[in-house]
Amino acid sequence: RVDIIREEEGALEFDMVGIDAAIANAFRRILLAEVPTMAVEKVFVYNNTSIVQDEILAHRLGLIPIRADPRLFEYRNQGDEEGTEIDTLQFQLKIKCSRNPQAAKESSDPNELYFNHKVYSKHMTWVPLGNQTDLFPDGDFRPVHDDILIALLRPGQEIDVLMHCVKGIGKDHAKFSPVATASYRLLPDITLLQPIEDEAAEMLQKCFSPGVIEIQNIKGKKVARVANARLDTFSREVFRHEGLKNLVRLARVRNHYIFSVESTGILPPDVLVSEAIKILMGKCQRFLNELDSVPME
Amino acid sequence: VQADGTDGNCVTFVLHDEDHTLGNSLRYMVMKNPDVEFCGYCITHPSESKINFRIQTRGMGLPAVEPFRKGLNDLMGVCQHVLNTFEVRLLPEELRGLF
Repeated sequence: RVDIIREEEGALEFDMVGIDAAIANAFRRILLAEVPTMAVEKVFVYNNTSIVQDEILAHRLGLIPIRADPRLFEYRNQGDEEGTEIDTLQFQLKIKCSRNPQAAKESSDPNELYFNHKVYSKHMTWVPLGNQTDLFPDGDFRPVHDDILIALLRPGQEIDVLMHCVKGIGKDHAKFSPVATASYRLLPDITLLQPIEDEAAEMLQKCFSPGVIEIQNIKGKKVARVANARLDTFSREVFRHEGLKNLVRLARVRNHYIFSVESTGILPPDVLVSEAIKILMGKCQRFLNELDSVPME
Repeated sequence: VQADGTDGNCVTFVLHDEDHTLGNSLRYMVMKNPDVEFCGYCITHPSESKINFRIQTRGMGLPAVEPFRKGLNDLMGVCQHVLNTFEVRLLPEELRGLF
């Protein structure tokens, strides 16, 4: 039961060898739906004279990923409407569009004619609640990406909203999901049943994704060899050719899973995987505790 | 949270707030136990999030709670092992020799 890792920017690809489908799937499900994050839940609209309706604006604001470590916050209690400083982050978006007096007469470029006509996520500012300034002295809570377009405005329109971010999980609403996507696939296993040479080798190489089959020159003849089965996308092109159909066997290695996790930027992907494993342990622990506390009849 | 079937040998547990995530992985761990004659889970209705988890043990005198407890512990052990191996792999080359 070993683990190998390959990392990229914002995404993580790693292998897990020796576990079973049930557990691999459990990790994938937890990564998608049960790792908590912070997202905008309640939007208090003080003034919205833009053409974007209130509820559409609120929906869009909720989907913006917020760079805040959810482990620092608690879940909000059920009936609690106000929100305390331990479970809520407050953001404000206050923006007004005005006409640019210095613009040229005939210009039709909105960038020149108006100020603030595009509302981006960088206009959202954090408003500390209670003792949050002490708790997070260098607290820099803002959306992950600054250039998410929220709404478009024209002169005279303004948006003035206050947002409450709470901690939630993806099962409740997809905006709380911390991954762009999390998936796994099994390692392909390509075996050549007979040695394949010359033109057949060339044709075989074209059937698979580049890099899978390598042609070597052994004693003057070109012989095909499986170089890197991992790169294969399993398109089964080889079965369309009569000559090659029976010479290759495509299968999958049963317990070698290649996971691919892409984070939305809230937490780095390796932290997400660790959190997911801890959540599964937490679930087991919960039932063990229940077993011990409830008397059996 | 549980409910009982017939005698101590076969028990149906009702787990609230759970779905295939825990159900399938727990079923897999319990099936590895040689004392277990039957193990399965089902989702009673997709609108409510609870599962019926049933374990039936072979032979006499073995309460069905035992394989359930063992399965949970085994699953925790697997997770712990995965977490450890994963975190060791994340460390840079030099520190890996320590583990």
